[in-house]
Amino acid sequence: MSQPDSRGLISELEWQKPSTRWGMRTLHVLLLVGLVVIGLGPILWLAKSAITPTLDTISHPMALFPHGAAWSNLSQAWNEVHVGRYFWNTIVLAFGSWAVQIVVATTGGFALSVLRPRYAPIIKGLLLATLFIPTIVLLVPLYIEVVHLPIVHKSLINNYWAVWFPAGASAFNVILVTRFFDNLPREIFEAAEIDGAGPLQLFWRIVLPMSKPILGVVSVFALLASWRDFLWPLLVLPDPNIQPLSVRLPSIASQTSLGVFFAAMAIACLVPIAGFLIFQRSFLRGTGLGGAIKG
Amino acid sequence: MILTTVDQSREPALTSERGLSRRYAAPRWTPLNWVRGGGLTAFLFLLPLLFIFGAFSWYPIVRTAIMAFQHTNLVEAPTWVGFQNFAAVWHDPQFPTAVKNTAYFAFLALIFGYPIPLIAAVLMSEVRKRRGVYAVLAYLPVVIPPVVGVLLWKTFYDASSLGVFNTILHWVGLGPYPWLQSGQWAMPSLVLYSTWANAGATIIIYLAALTAVNPELYEAASVDGAGVLRKIWHVTLPQIRGVLLVTMILQIIGTAQVFLEPYLFTSGGPANATLTVLLLIYDYAFGNSLGGDYGMATALSLMLAGFLAVFSLVYWRATRSWSTA
Repeated sequence: MSQPDSRGLISELEWQKPSTRWGMRTLHVLLLVGLVVIGLGPILWLAKSAITPTLDTISHPMALFPHGAAWSNLSQAWNEVHVGRYFWNTIVLAFGSWAVQIVVATTGGFALSVLRPRYAPIIKGLLLATLFIPTIVLLVPLYIEVVHLPIVHKSLINNYWAVWFPAGASAFNVILVTRFFDNLPREIFEAAEIDGAGPLQLFWRIVLPMSKPILGVVSVFALLASWRDFLWPLLVLPDPNIQPLSVRLPSIASQTSLGVFFAAMAIACLVPIAGFLIFQRSFLRGTGLGGAIKG
Repeated sequence: MILTTVDQSREPALTSERGLSRRYAAPRWTPLNWVRGGGLTAFLFLLPLLFIFGAFSWYPIVRTAIMAFQHTNLVEAPTWVGFQNFAAVWHDPQFPTAVKNTAYFAFLALIFGYPIPLIAAVLMSEVRKRRGVYAVLAYLPVVIPPVVGVLLWKTFYDASSLGVFNTILHWVGLGPYPWLQSGQWAMPSLVLYSTWANAGATIIIYLAALTAVNPELYEAASVDGAGVLRKIWHVTLPQIRGVLLVTMILQIIGTAQVFLEPYLFTSGGPANATLTVLLLIYDYAFGNSLGGDYGMATALSLMLAGFLAVFSLVYWRATRSWSTA
């Protein structure tokens, strides 16, 4: 019954009292029911409506398949409303953003934590400063910059680099990775140096393989953030053919029947939910880390 | 446990003495010595960071401060106009509405959205079996893409008696309610969705903070005869007050920049009841198909950023003596 980690708010002695035990159990059951209804309920409703004929969803929104299922919603959404193409666009955008973020965070973190040039504190300060500036400040000047890139005089509108480049400028990632590198044992670096490893080998063969946990955290959040992104791709990718799913969904709503629209939304949720269930440890750990760092 | 790993950011004494690049540090700086000492390698490793942040973070930040004092239309060369953009924003009749609505959103989000995750996290931290299931369920809404969440809740909020929420409320004899279509209920509806979408992340942050509370404090309180509620009040809350203060200011900063909910739910309506500051910035810059007023948009973003900076500073000063973390 008693577990090693049970020393908490409620002591063993109190837990022995039937009134406390049953009171807490009742509260926990209520909490679980509440979480299922509130957290899972809307998602289950979406899943149900994605395969329900439009008329049934409109006239009996809470009924469970009064006239059977309409699996055709899914194939209609994927083919006729081109959700398949937008889905692919979303994946390409997400992986590009992920790659840029990983390259910037790992190389930058390695230089700031391990190589430490003399000017490293200045760069760290500039990175920290961007954390305090609300993202909204960037919106308009970044848009104008993308419309007309200085120096090279080109436009990145309707080009995926317009999304990939700015995604890399996440000071949060760089600081997270730098702090992780700071905690790696220096003795291993010294040993590698004595064995003749240069900075590049140190980076590739030693630091990166030792940093899988933090790279996992950065990766899941990079991919999730890209999948969620709406306003920025809406601004810089005006061509509907190359837009990601989240940007297309509001327009799909007006183009098709409700059932097909719900099917498209369900498809848009599939990857984030599956990714979360598979990598929940990284997600929950990263969210906790976020709170700690911001503190 | 998570907190402690991060807090060990102190540097091992060994490395602060000799970072790898300074191993061969020469007495006099010459380009050759710089390259030999690893300076070039370090610079090359920093290049991606410098390029990305320079071009897509630091440069646009500086440019905002410049553009707010200019008239720019992307065709002609920008001209300096002093404080005209700020004055134009200040005299825009929509400006006070937007400020009032944003403050109202932030206030409601604080009233509803702040206590709920705390209560849920304290309850969850005492779950002894399958705590992970609780955490996953609580976090699930956070991974739903916001566009899907908003569009889904928009159907839930359908004002007819056949809307999802109105159907459910009809079972217990309530409604139908107008939800998004009424100026009075639109904003609370947005806050309700926003709380649903964001509470999970805060719960996980609190859970991490709660596991870091020293159990001996609870034992000591028990020995002194404190019951559960008194332990929450005298041990739990004071112990996590650092995190509580941070989540509060982050939530205020976040809600001051609310955009997606009013944009997709109501487009600022009905009758500007949900027009927020960010929506106004968007309207200035991108709402007019003939070309945006980028000067006014940057002026308003600068005003918002300045306000948030001052607000954070005051908040930090006011709570400094109270917070130890």
